[in-house]
Amino acid sequence: MPLLQVTGLSKRFGGFVALDGIDLAVAAGERVGLIGPNGSGKSTLVNCICGTLVNETGTVRFAGEVVDGLVTHERTRRGMARSFQLPRPFGTLTVADNLRVPLLYTVNARRRPALRGAELEARCIELLMLVGLAEKAANLPRDLTQVEMRKLELARAMAAEPKLLMADEAMAGLSQSEVDDIVTLLIRLNERGITIVLIEHIMRAVMRFSQRLVVLVSGKKIADGQPETVVRDPVVERAYLGQ
Amino acid sequence: MQNGIFLLVSLVVAALVFFAARALNNDYIFFAGYTVLQFIVLATAWNILGGYTGYVNFGSAAFFAMGAYASVFFHKLYPLPIPVLIVIGGIVSGVVGLGTGYLTLRLRGAFFAIATLALAVVLQTFVVNWDYVGGSRGAYIIRPNQSPLTGPYIHYLFLLMLVLVVLALACARSIERSQLGYGFATIRDDELAAEASGVPTLRLKLIATTLSGALMGMAGAPFPYYIGYLQPSSAFGLEYAVNSIAMPMIGGTTSWVGPLIGAVLLGSLQQIATVTISSAVNLLIVGLLLVGFVIIAPSGIVGLVQHGWPRRSAK
Repeated sequence: MPLLQVTGLSKRFGGFVALDGIDLAVAAGERVGLIGPNGSGKSTLVNCICGTLVNETGTVRFAGEVVDGLVTHERTRRGMARSFQLPRPFGTLTVADNLRVPLLYTVNARRRPALRGAELEARCIELLMLVGLAEKAANLPRDLTQVEMRKLELARAMAAEPKLLMADEAMAGLSQSEVDDIVTLLIRLNERGITIVLIEHIMRAVMRFSQRLVVLVSGKKIADGQPETVVRDPVVERAYLGQ
Repeated sequence: MQNGIFLLVSLVVAALVFFAARALNNDYIFFAGYTVLQFIVLATAWNILGGYTGYVNFGSAAFFAMGAYASVFFHKLYPLPIPVLIVIGGIVSGVVGLGTGYLTLRLRGAFFAIATLALAVVLQTFVVNWDYVGGSRGAYIIRPNQSPLTGPYIHYLFLLMLVLVVLALACARSIERSQLGYGFATIRDDELAAEASGVPTLRLKLIATTLSGALMGMAGAPFPYYIGYLQPSSAFGLEYAVNSIAMPMIGGTTSWVGPLIGAVLLGSLQQIATVTISSAVNLLIVGLLLVGFVIIAPSGIVGLVQHGWPRRSAK
């Protein structure tokens, strides 16, 4: 049984069809790349899966349970986490406190006894060490560089101890070495057992990261398979890669 | 400092304030001090919603007035001790806060602020047309001259308001350092990211509107006994809405101490202006100070102390 199963999902904005009958299955532990030109519906799909947007038709199943009708925080508590295309840190909270929030509200909601005091502190530091931000624990997000902000975004998603992480353009605007840094981090997270769907434009990163590649164009899924096979697919080349 | 110790220290400070005021042996101190204390409660209550969650409430006067009119209602129906009326005022305004939250929390920013302003207008219209509590004529509340507990009745009202101040500050401070406080801060910073981090934003906003409303109602409950004659224009006065916003903004909205500083500073200035110039300049003082702080120190006095003067961005 797949961890995430999307069936016949559609979303419209007025007359514009953003998603048109999307079917997608992601197995537990998989690393899936989701690509497509701007406006193809990638972020809309993530928003519908996470509950930020309500889909008109179709069903989202997570860990065997239909999650349609659940609001975002309820889906997060069931094990779905996401990072945002543009980092959205809690600006008035320190870097460590940014991680404290999902620990308090998501992890503690399903854990008895709840994390408190020193244990909570230690978990924050552990996560910050994982992404290389331990020294910035007491800083405010505005003191971070662009790549550090991306790492904070991923660490905050990780703090919710998710089964599935959807990383929406986690590398946009980063240099080549910074992109490598983030890909390495994502692979390391996957090795810890987290299923990851990476939405990205940077093909080098997508090819290095993905075990499977899904292509969206104009709200429709046009390809789904091995990355090497998908990028050589003439339909994908014509629609997306422009070759 | 643990919440229990903070409460204990606050009670000791409140007792010192009370006995210091009594030592001065001047009833005016109690009349003026009551108003300042009342504004501390109002500013702290406003800050729970406006400062911690970032939802600006322009309808503070309505919550305050609901507490005041609940007292008038019960005074006419079946006179009860003021501490009981304070609890009733808190419940009435808390329920109004919950209802307001439920109806308006899909709204954000200016739309939410306008909705709370509209709430005040609707409730004022309701009270103006409710004869039992005096309608537009207003209602007289004859208060006793003496209280068996403190002697002069104003001393008793002052003492009650001091207790309310301690309660409001302890409540705000414990929220600030709790899971609820983190949740409120995430709502202020980014609601979408808060939901994605597992924060039940709607539930937390309802808690904030209820708590904030309840504290405002509690501040309003003894007001008819203080003023002696309550009419809609005094209970729903613009000064309550403006001061409730200006005091936390001048003091600083991210900490419980901000509204306290702002209310003591502005409240005292207004009392001094009332006896030296005219009460008509009170709102002018608030307006000028607010404009000044928004330009010079947008994080308020607490922000100034914590981070110094804000640097000007290069042009």
